[in-house]
Amino acid sequence: MSTAIAFLLAATFVISVGGLGLLIWALVNDQFTMGKRAAQTIFGTDEVGRVEDPATPADTRAEMQRERGEIADRGQQGLEDRAARVRADRSSRTPVTWWLASSLVWLVLGSIIGLIVSMKFHMPDWLVNDPALTFGRLRPAHLNLVAYGWASMAGVGVGIWLIPRLFKVTLQGPAYATAGAIIWNVGIFLGTAALLTGYSDGMEWLEFPWPIDITLVVGGALAAVPLILSLLKRRVQHLYVSAWYLLAALIWFPMLFVTANLPNLFSGVEQSMLNWWYAHNVLGLWMTPLGLAAAYYMIPKIVGAPIYSYSLSLVGFWALALFYSQVGLHHLIGGPVPTWAVTISIVHSVMMVIPVVAVAVNHHMTVAPHWRLLLYSPTLRFVVLGAVMYTAASLQGSMQALRSVNEITHFTHYTVAHAHLGLYGFLTYIMFGAIYFIMPRLTGREWPYPKAITAHFWLVFVGFAVYFIFLSIGGWLQGLAMQDPSRPFMESVTLTLPYLEARSVGGAIMTLGHVVFAVHAFIALSRSGPVRDDAALFRRPAAQSPAGGSA
Amino acid sequence: MTRALGIVAAAAMILLFAALMIVVMPSIQLQASVRPPEGLKPYSESALVGRDVYVSLGCVYCHSQQPRDPSLGPDAIRGWGRAAVPADFIYDSPHLLGTMRTGPDLLNIGARQPSVDWHMTHLYNPRAVMPESIMPAYPFLFEVKEEAGPRDIVVNLPDDFAPDGGVVVARPAARDLVQYLLELDRTYPVDEIPVEEAD
Repeated sequence: MSTAIAFLLAATFVISVGGLGLLIWALVNDQFTMGKRAAQTIFGTDEVGRVEDPATPADTRAEMQRERGEIADRGQQGLEDRAARVRADRSSRTPVTWWLASSLVWLVLGSIIGLIVSMKFHMPDWLVNDPALTFGRLRPAHLNLVAYGWASMAGVGVGIWLIPRLFKVTLQGPAYATAGAIIWNVGIFLGTAALLTGYSDGMEWLEFPWPIDITLVVGGALAAVPLILSLLKRRVQHLYVSAWYLLAALIWFPMLFVTANLPNLFSGVEQSMLNWWYAHNVLGLWMTPLGLAAAYYMIPKIVGAPIYSYSLSLVGFWALALFYSQVGLHHLIGGPVPTWAVTISIVHSVMMVIPVVAVAVNHHMTVAPHWRLLLYSPTLRFVVLGAVMYTAASLQGSMQALRSVNEITHFTHYTVAHAHLGLYGFLTYIMFGAIYFIMPRLTGREWPYPKAITAHFWLVFVGFAVYFIFLSIGGWLQGLAMQDPSRPFMESVTLTLPYLEARSVGGAIMTLGHVVFAVHAFIALSRSGPVRDDAALFRRPAAQSPAGGSA
Repeated sequence: MTRALGIVAAAAMILLFAALMIVVMPSIQLQASVRPPEGLKPYSESALVGRDVYVSLGCVYCHSQQPRDPSLGPDAIRGWGRAAVPADFIYDSPHLLGTMRTGPDLLNIGARQPSVDWHMTHLYNPRAVMPESIMPAYPFLFEVKEEAGPRDIVVNLPDDFAPDGGVVVARPAARDLVQYLLELDRTYPVDEIPVEEAD
């Protein structure tokens, strides 16, 4: 124990001095004042104040623009900037289509399996004759499909699409990313097949057998090649914050994934610490950066305003890196691991409030003055809702790491609901929004059926509300029952049944929403739907409102 | 370019530092101090095969293997055993600590429920012994035979759960799994576990 304490003291001292030095360096070198200019990197000339949604029909965008506030026409340089962006979008079309289209297939499959898993909780004698369909095999199949098939592939697809826009070049080496998508898909398919036939590495989030993990490493590395090549040719002075998140995710994911999947590195309790170091970091340092990179781009571009405070976004970035990386052991609170290490994770979980509030202020304050655009733009509504869920999920996570709260929630469905608030409410909503933005720019046509977008939004919104509210309540009551020695354990099982049934209802509604979304997306990609001459918005802004026009 | 490189390098350093703090340091501490407990034998060959069945069927998604300290919950009162210590898991890979208690903790199930008969019936259909259980049934771990052979383990079933004809006998996977469950027994006193003297 004494070595640990000595190490902690020394580490604390070194970090404090290092942090102070960094702050002084930043002040001396004027790192904090480039804010306004840096935040405008993502806009072309004459573009601040201009909405970039919907994608195509000019008259509908003019209506959105009126809602936002009138702006003068583009000058010559502005027109050239726009033409360059069209070229940038075209250059990334093939790999982005591959990554996004694949992610949608895995989303639908993962949702259906998730729904079956949910129903098995209250129908334990359903589908029990085939070992491939047993609960304990379908559950990791669900998790890996939605985490690595859907969320990661959608995140990478959106990331690749952002690269040429962030660096203002055409995408360099797009074929590498396309090949990466194909190899990654093979990995997801083989991994899922392995889980269903009984081959699992046995640790949560790391179930795919390690030889299959190699495909994800190769596929991911190939997807990173265009990022690096484009970075080398970039034509921007400042790296926008979305690029920071993408670059960091690029280095974090391979470090995490390779280390944690090395076979026979650890066993027993040491292995459990490696397990949760990985499992929480794959959320915090892989999926979260992908989601935030997208949100930091989409929100300012759609409302036509630079991010509220650029300095704050950099504070948010480094604080996220520092604090999120050490929260993993809160999954082992009360477990047979050294208490001091768990305490480090609890402290960092609470410190996560800093980056979360920084990001929240930035996102929400950018949207607030232009909130009326939420009525029209599907992208903005999904992304902003996702950003709100990020704030909620993160603050909830900090609370849950406190020992007093964790005692009740630790081994319950409450944690599962929380995980879905993060991966679904935050990341998935943002990916939905980003895909609504990107797809028309891939196909050159608007979404064919606006009513399907409305249906998708309400299905996943209502479905997830049912899912989250009921499962959270059920999980909390389960925890209270489990912690009460005067109540038999079985009571903590039976009392959850109505909530688990409600969760299945919510999950079914969500799954239906995903089917609507995926079918709609494939119709759009195959260019077989109707060609529309007005935009796919939730509704069109009023043609001309004399009162609000000059606001 | 320098800035991009700086971001990536700093990001990598931070993650390495985190790994040092919450994985490497505690592991060094554990490896220096934890010795195999006298009361704990390595798993038998059959139990190791059974452990693979446990992993492959995903039992860990509903059952933890880590009774907590009485200050954190009534685990001991429920008969799940004393708080687990690192030495209890010295023979475990992959670890199966678990994060859910949809069902009870199993680290001491072998001590709590030593009956092979009970486990066989329970695995064939949990509701045959626990009417309110929501655990899945595992009929594929068993087969229906006309007549049991001399070495077969016959599953005792109430009439409602028994097949129309023949007897239900355990397949090898069920026998190994039950052997593993029986060897889940960390009831030796924690004082027996040799640890490095703290100062």
